[in-house]
Amino acid sequence: MSGIDRIFSDFGRLDRLARQQTPVHRLDPRAKLIPTAIFLFCVVSFGKYEVAALLPFFIYPVALAALGRIPLSYVGGRVLAVAPFAVMVGIFNPLLDREIMLQLGGVAISGGWVSFVSILLRFCLTIGTAVVLIGVTSFDGLCLGLQRLAVPRVFTVQLLVLYRYIFVLGDEAVRLVRARSLRTFGRRGLGLRNYGSMVGHLLIRTLERARRIHLAMRCRGFTGEIHSTRQLRFGRPEVVFAAGWTMAFIALRQWNLPLLLEQALKRIGQ
Amino acid sequence: MSHHIVEIESLAYRYPDGTRALSEISFRVTHGESVAVIGANGAGKSTLLLHLNGYLTPQQGQVRIGDFPLTRQNIPDIRKTVGMVFQDPDDQLFMPTVYDDVAFGPLNLGVPPEELDLHVLGALSRVGALELKDRPPHHLSGGEKRAVAIATVLSMSPSILVMDEPSSNLDPGARRRLIKLLQTFEHTRIIATHDLDMALELCERTIVLHRGRVRADGPTRDIFLDDALLHECRLEKPFCMQGCPVCGRQG
Repeated sequence: MSGIDRIFSDFGRLDRLARQQTPVHRLDPRAKLIPTAIFLFCVVSFGKYEVAALLPFFIYPVALAALGRIPLSYVGGRVLAVAPFAVMVGIFNPLLDREIMLQLGGVAISGGWVSFVSILLRFCLTIGTAVVLIGVTSFDGLCLGLQRLAVPRVFTVQLLVLYRYIFVLGDEAVRLVRARSLRTFGRRGLGLRNYGSMVGHLLIRTLERARRIHLAMRCRGFTGEIHSTRQLRFGRPEVVFAAGWTMAFIALRQWNLPLLLEQALKRIGQ
Repeated sequence: MSHHIVEIESLAYRYPDGTRALSEISFRVTHGESVAVIGANGAGKSTLLLHLNGYLTPQQGQVRIGDFPLTRQNIPDIRKTVGMVFQDPDDQLFMPTVYDDVAFGPLNLGVPPEELDLHVLGALSRVGALELKDRPPHHLSGGEKRAVAIATVLSMSPSILVMDEPSSNLDPGARRRLIKLLQTFEHTRIIATHDLDMALELCERTIVLHRGRVRADGPTRDIFLDDALLHECRLEKPFCMQGCPVCGRQG
């Protein structure tokens, strides 16, 4: 299976995970969206050298994945797949910021390395949580939740259609890649020129398909709004879930839990 | 029941690049008729179908659906009357679940939520796809997608069904189920296809397009017996009317 094949079969797996029936899956999507937004805000709002205070935040994606029966190995795989982007963002920090910040067992660690680790941690937290959130809510559930939270319709409709057609686009890309690789006889000299023409082809096909989909939607009376039949209910479990996690995140943002633990242990030791 | 009638008079269409796609097309399809539109690639079948639901408006001539000529003003009404099933079901199934997709049209037409189940489940059971209602369309097989695509149109209760290559890309079993399903419909049906065996089974009348013109219009069996006509239009007899490949006996 080529790389691109694997990526799209993974998408299908996330979709199947999202259709499980667990108490977390059954919660109103808004009850998961609100604390997740606060979670993301808290995680990204820390100072650039913060490492220890970020660690307790892992409780959220881990707990959500465990309750929603999303295998952590799957989440880890997805995070690793996009990790190169985070590495690219932070890779120059150790080179540019060489001021020694701390000594760890005799090894001097510069501010650049600390901020690099901080970037990686934030990346794992945010991407991991996003994957778990889709896995316990489903993409269309999220779009519906966003719509009910007053996110403009133009975004939610686009997200919904994007997710539906990413599978179709993926299939077309897979077929193109397969057709190309079958005629390259194992040589890698495929060149940027071929690649450009393939992407161009894909774009033209996509535009053509978009025209046909729009026609199909208009034929069935589409005027810009997608009506949903799903009823959402924000009941007691939702309030408890959203409020509980929100308070936990604010507390973790306010107080550095590992630092407090260290101080407490020292005091006990004395 | 005049809203089941499709009438085309002297229709002509030229693409923006100057290619003449249709010229002097005239025919009338009456209530309950099942008509096949056949022709070689590029003969103008798809362009003709796009005129029937108002996607293209006539440059010359007229398209009448029921008692009204098709104009820009009455396109929404025409689209309610003419249900269009596209060649690629992926173009037609854009909602997260099968149920939502079949409900899309009725909701846009203002069907009250309490009556929605009646329309959606009715259409799904009509095509034998009731058990698929909670599945996402991108995980369905080709035959299932086609059945659901037909249900998305049936749920709007159209009087006329227009289908573009309904049997393309189906395995023989799925194709047979589709033919059986279409045989149960009482709608006026216009089916553009290359599957001439299916045309023979489903349509009592066939219109042959050749280079954008109606080359022949008559009973399906008569048309398929006219070897000269078929040859001229780059067509062949349906397999079931060709000689047996083993003993050479005529079918």
